[in-house]
Amino acid sequence: MMKKSKRSFLKVAGIAAMGLGASSAINFASSDAQVSTHKKKAKNKEALSAHRWGMVIDTNKITHEIVENIVEACHKEHNVPDFNHEVDTKKYPKTRAVNHKQEIKWIWEEHFHYAFPDKEDEFLAERFHDLPFLVVCNHCKNAPCTKACPTQATFKREDGIVIMDYHRCIGCRFCMAACPFGARSFNFRDPRPFIEDTVPQFPTRTKGVVEKCNFCAERLALGKQPHCVEASHGAIVVGDLENPESEIRELLSEHYTIRRKQSLGTEPSVYYIM
Amino acid sequence: MNKSIIITGLLIFVLAVLSPFWFNFITTTEAAPEPELLGKAKDAEKCVLDKYDMRANHMSLLDEWRDSVVRDADRQYKAANGNMFNMSLSTGEKSCLGCHEDKTKFCDKCHTYTSVDPYCWECHTNPKDLAQGD
Amino acid sequence: MLEIAIKGSKNYWIWIVFLLAVIGAGAIVYIDQFRNGLMITGMSRDVSWGFYIANFTYLVGVAAGGVMVVIPFYLHDYEKFHRITILGEFLAVAALIMCLLFIVVDLGQPTRLLNMFLYPSPKSVLFYDALVLNGYLFLNIIVGWKVLEAERNQVEPVWWTKPLVLISIPFAIGIHTVTAYLYCGMPGRGFWLTAILAPRFLASAFAAGPAVLIILCYIIKKFTKFDPGWEAMQTLSKIVCYAIIANLFFFLCEVFVVYYSNIPGHKAHIQYLLFGYHGYTALVPWMWTSLLLMGTGAILLVIPKFRSNYKLLPYICAMIVFGTWIDKGLGMISGGFVPSPLHHVTEYAPTIPETMITLAVYATGLLVLTILYKLATQVKEEVNG
Repeated sequence: MMKKSKRSFLKVAGIAAMGLGASSAINFASSDAQVSTHKKKAKNKEALSAHRWGMVIDTNKITHEIVENIVEACHKEHNVPDFNHEVDTKKYPKTRAVNHKQEIKWIWEEHFHYAFPDKEDEFLAERFHDLPFLVVCNHCKNAPCTKACPTQATFKREDGIVIMDYHRCIGCRFCMAACPFGARSFNFRDPRPFIEDTVPQFPTRTKGVVEKCNFCAERLALGKQPHCVEASHGAIVVGDLENPESEIRELLSEHYTIRRKQSLGTEPSVYYIM
Repeated sequence: MNKSIIITGLLIFVLAVLSPFWFNFITTTEAAPEPELLGKAKDAEKCVLDKYDMRANHMSLLDEWRDSVVRDADRQYKAANGNMFNMSLSTGEKSCLGCHEDKTKFCDKCHTYTSVDPYCWECHTNPKDLAQGD
Repeated sequence: MLEIAIKGSKNYWIWIVFLLAVIGAGAIVYIDQFRNGLMITGMSRDVSWGFYIANFTYLVGVAAGGVMVVIPFYLHDYEKFHRITILGEFLAVAALIMCLLFIVVDLGQPTRLLNMFLYPSPKSVLFYDALVLNGYLFLNIIVGWKVLEAERNQVEPVWWTKPLVLISIPFAIGIHTVTAYLYCGMPGRGFWLTAILAPRFLASAFAAGPAVLIILCYIIKKFTKFDPGWEAMQTLSKIVCYAIIANLFFFLCEVFVVYYSNIPGHKAHIQYLLFGYHGYTALVPWMWTSLLLMGTGAILLVIPKFRSNYKLLPYICAMIVFGTWIDKGLGMISGGFVPSPLHHVTEYAPTIPETMITLAVYATGLLVLTILYKLATQVKEEVNG
């Protein structure tokens, strides 16, 4: 117990010193909070791992139907609100009218010239005109959003996944401005009235935080493939981009692939087989 | 003359500042509630930390856990008694609510009494609430 | 010294009560925003910053503009500015307080604001922006207050105010440079991705700040016995003149580059602002109004006959203030978001609640400004008899 009171003192002292920019005091205090010295935390044994997660989307295998299934699976399993959903007015009596421009989406369908605005082609091959292109967070190697974030609420994990810490996000939306792919959404309001069936395995979000695709980090931790992969009938493959033996690398070496806005140097980790 | 006015004024000020305390002192007769241990939690006898440690520091532990899960992808926690726990509020058997089945009788009881309103549940869901059709 | 602020004429109190009423109305709306989220604004997934951040950007400029009286007086011993230096410093204080308030009302989770300092992120420009804005604010408060106090007591200001003033000069440039870096360091936004953004911000700041100051001089002259001095105002108007021309020139450079190079990702935004994009034209009349105001203002300021016309000058300054406000406020932020990175067009317009909160922030700034200026003018009246 002595230790605890020391810690709380340090926290208070740290907060007091914060005005002088001494945030290290806080870090020191919180490292003290780790109750004992031996390693107490570990990854799940069954967890899938990679040096840098990546995704390949095979446009030859994508159909409108598959796209619909993927979007639905992802949004449903992550409790992404659907603002077309009719609100249960008994449970949420004071819900106000929806502004559909404030929508939230993690993965969705775009036409070629929106998904690849810099590859706009006057005489684009017929096939690509109507082809649905799935767009999603690219989990960029040099992610501009993680640089922009003033609280490290969005950051890159060791395995290359760019992820949100919703506990820490202050809702400044700098990351949304920084993302060249429009992958991020902001919770302009409480999302809960617009979630039809809340999935218990994943939290909802609260108003005032930014959200986006998390590469199904919660699924990888259980040794499972992301929802989009499972719903894709083989059109989406994820794997380790740094491992030359991986399936994803094999696909990349066999097919011509493109990435979105390569010229910006963010190094997206999502590839499209053309 | 001046002195007595100042002292009376000070007294009134002190009383006013302490109003929440004496107001509660007069109106509340209820004793501090004990969180109720039910089902698995009752059998387990020992939680992640020692009982008193847990009572005093569960919020720091949870804060540590959420950083660990979200930021380091570490989800398993080895407790003092050697048991493994899933660092999660509400998902699965080995999570907080996996053992302490009834959030109302466990979390809310003390939080309500102490007027603490943690924002955990703005995002995290109680599986029981969801099962009852919300 | 603060006791001066609680003694005033009837008009003074009417003005104070009016400001408090506007603040109160905005505060009520803000409580709604606090409880229900930013849904009450016109912002959207595509246009994720709006009126708050636009006004923030503009006011950073006004704050930085204060340095245009500090530099001539402290670095060049330009005596004519002696009387108005304090006005520039206090204007910066009020503008910065508004800036910080605009940041706070724009946050989705304002209660977590301190996370910025709990988890300092040296890669984020916003981190540095918070540092320089607060730094400049404190420098101005300390210097302004100490110098005014010394003036009241008819003694020389304490020696360390001078080094603080000198430090505040790079800070003034810094606040607007760093604020420009917020925008121009982002790879996916062609409109902001230009090295001339910071110079352009500074140019419009050095036009807007002194123009506001000139207008304030007129108001002070009308309502108090303190005379800021016509010559000082004339010098200020020349500064406005140079700065607004620089601003227009920088904009011209921008227009030339995007149209002559013809790169779609960069051109689309200016096209949207000046001529409309795929039939979306909400900002076109605004932008032309802005150009017209700034252009006409520049011409009138260049010609000595008009610039030195006592009756005309406040109107010219109002044109400059309004023109730069549209340019930097409405155009600069919306222009960067339309079209979106996927080249969809979602237009933006502030809602009524958003506008009310904005007005309340302005009213707060005016309240601070009124009180500070009352102190300053009263002290100067006392001293000058």
